[in-house]
Amino acid sequence: MNRGNRMNNIDKREFARARGSDTARATTWGLLATVALIGGIFIGSRGLRDFDPALVSYAGATLFAAFGLAYRFSMWLRRPPTRLYWYRGWQIFTTPGNLGKNVAHLFQIFMSNFVFQRFIERRSHMRWTAHWFLAWGCLLAGAITFPLSFGWIHFETAKSSQEIYRAFLFGIPVGHFPVHSVIAELAFNALDIAAVMVLIGVFTALWRRGRDHGAMAVQQFADDLMPLILLFAICVTGLFLTASTHLMHGLHYAFLSQLHAITVIVTLVYLPFGKFFHIFQRPAQLGVDFYKRAGKEGEQALCIRCGSEYASRMQMDDLKQVQAALHIHYQLENGSHYQDVCPKCRRKNLALTQDSMWKALQVKGEGS
Amino acid sequence: MIKEDFFIDYSRCIGCEACVQACGECDTHRGVSMIHLETIERRDSVQTAPQICMHCEDPICAQVCPADAIKKTPDGVVQSSLKPRCIGCSNCVMSCPFGVPKYQIDIDQMMKCDMCYDRTSVDKKPMCATVCPSGALTFTTMQEIQRTRQGVPVNEWKFGAEVVHTKVYVMVPPEVARVDIGLIQIQTTAAALPSDPYDVALMLEN
Repeated sequence: MNRGNRMNNIDKREFARARGSDTARATTWGLLATVALIGGIFIGSRGLRDFDPALVSYAGATLFAAFGLAYRFSMWLRRPPTRLYWYRGWQIFTTPGNLGKNVAHLFQIFMSNFVFQRFIERRSHMRWTAHWFLAWGCLLAGAITFPLSFGWIHFETAKSSQEIYRAFLFGIPVGHFPVHSVIAELAFNALDIAAVMVLIGVFTALWRRGRDHGAMAVQQFADDLMPLILLFAICVTGLFLTASTHLMHGLHYAFLSQLHAITVIVTLVYLPFGKFFHIFQRPAQLGVDFYKRAGKEGEQALCIRCGSEYASRMQMDDLKQVQAALHIHYQLENGSHYQDVCPKCRRKNLALTQDSMWKALQVKGEGS
Repeated sequence: MIKEDFFIDYSRCIGCEACVQACGECDTHRGVSMIHLETIERRDSVQTAPQICMHCEDPICAQVCPADAIKKTPDGVVQSSLKPRCIGCSNCVMSCPFGVPKYQIDIDQMMKCDMCYDRTSVDKKPMCATVCPSGALTFTTMQEIQRTRQGVPVNEWKFGAEVVHTKVYVMVPPEVARVDIGLIQIQTTAAALPSDPYDVALMLEN
């Protein structure tokens, strides 16, 4: 049965109900995430006392992004293979007795895959350069702007001296520094540093995408170029604000700040639906690492055709479950299951099947 | 524009490996050959068979992908996994009925034959079909294949109860409308024979 026929055989009303319940569940998670963030903003800004009204548009767009991200994440987890890996990953990670070892391994792969992004470096140095600067530039900018726009951190001039700046986290003083110091320069220009990092990434990515024939063949404007354009717009308009302040005596500052806000808001709205969603999807790679380790240590599946080990028994059993949920029917007529045939034997089997058809024709010809 | 299709005829393969070498020249997976070339039973036969992606209408590899990383282009070509999304679980490798996707352990990503998308998207032939000297891999028009071959092209397959339709055609005897896959076991498989540490054929196969 192909997918179309399968759908005819499934109770369509049941399918519609399942789809409807998925949407309702995702909407609920989206609303919960939004409410949780509103609560976080209210409590973290001490009843909005530390909330900066000038940044309300950023906070509003972040609330929308929170809804969209939770909605999409929930819909993503409803897919049978995703759901199964999600549960298995946590199940394996939290296995009593292995938790300490797993936390240590998590730290190791977190450093390798997330902090240093080694797997991207092995794909290509230019890709790694672009991605590393983009990722860390964005994370640095996010680590500053989100808490600022939520009113979780704020700065004040010390009452005792105009030369001292005090930093507060959730209303609690966490430090102070002279206005004319290296720390102050770094703090006041952190977003400019982040913008330069992102721009290095954007230009490297555009350079690669403009010269790599393979990338040019498969790239799409909405998925691959749009995110770079958005990041470029945010960085450039942000740097315009610094230039306006320091080099042009505040020329067009109000207009530039609105322009910058628009670029950030558009990006936040785009966040759950475009390529940036991989930021939230990608940590699944860490769970898969544990799954693969557990699979290697456990029983191995033997190919029913050649008898050799080809994968973990756990993964094959899980795949059969996923296929059943997706209405993929690999059961063979002799009672065996096509999933129990290794990929190499599948390929050989295709050629032998073609052979057998020609042989059958030959036998038929000789017989007649 | 004349519509050309991909046709595979396993029985014509002579095992020259030209396709394997040419495949690595493709820009979308430069330096990495995506085609499979199988020796069917090296001890007893010189039979070989190439395997490219058959580009299913409803790809099972994409359905079982937990990261939703496998996409099909509007012209029906199933692409390698999306780099930002692929989490390297190998579900696609294990579920593909044709045994096509390859998990690249060094870059933690699944890659596969994409019908040389850098070429076919601009009306050029795929690399493997360009160099295949025996016509086992052919990229041509339906009329041309029907005019020059004894068999007929078919793109419907049955694996157990699962029917799969593909963009790529296989050449089969006339009057065959669908390829029903059973498990064909030939006498001398590696597992069936006593182990021989000096068995060169077996070493080459593995």
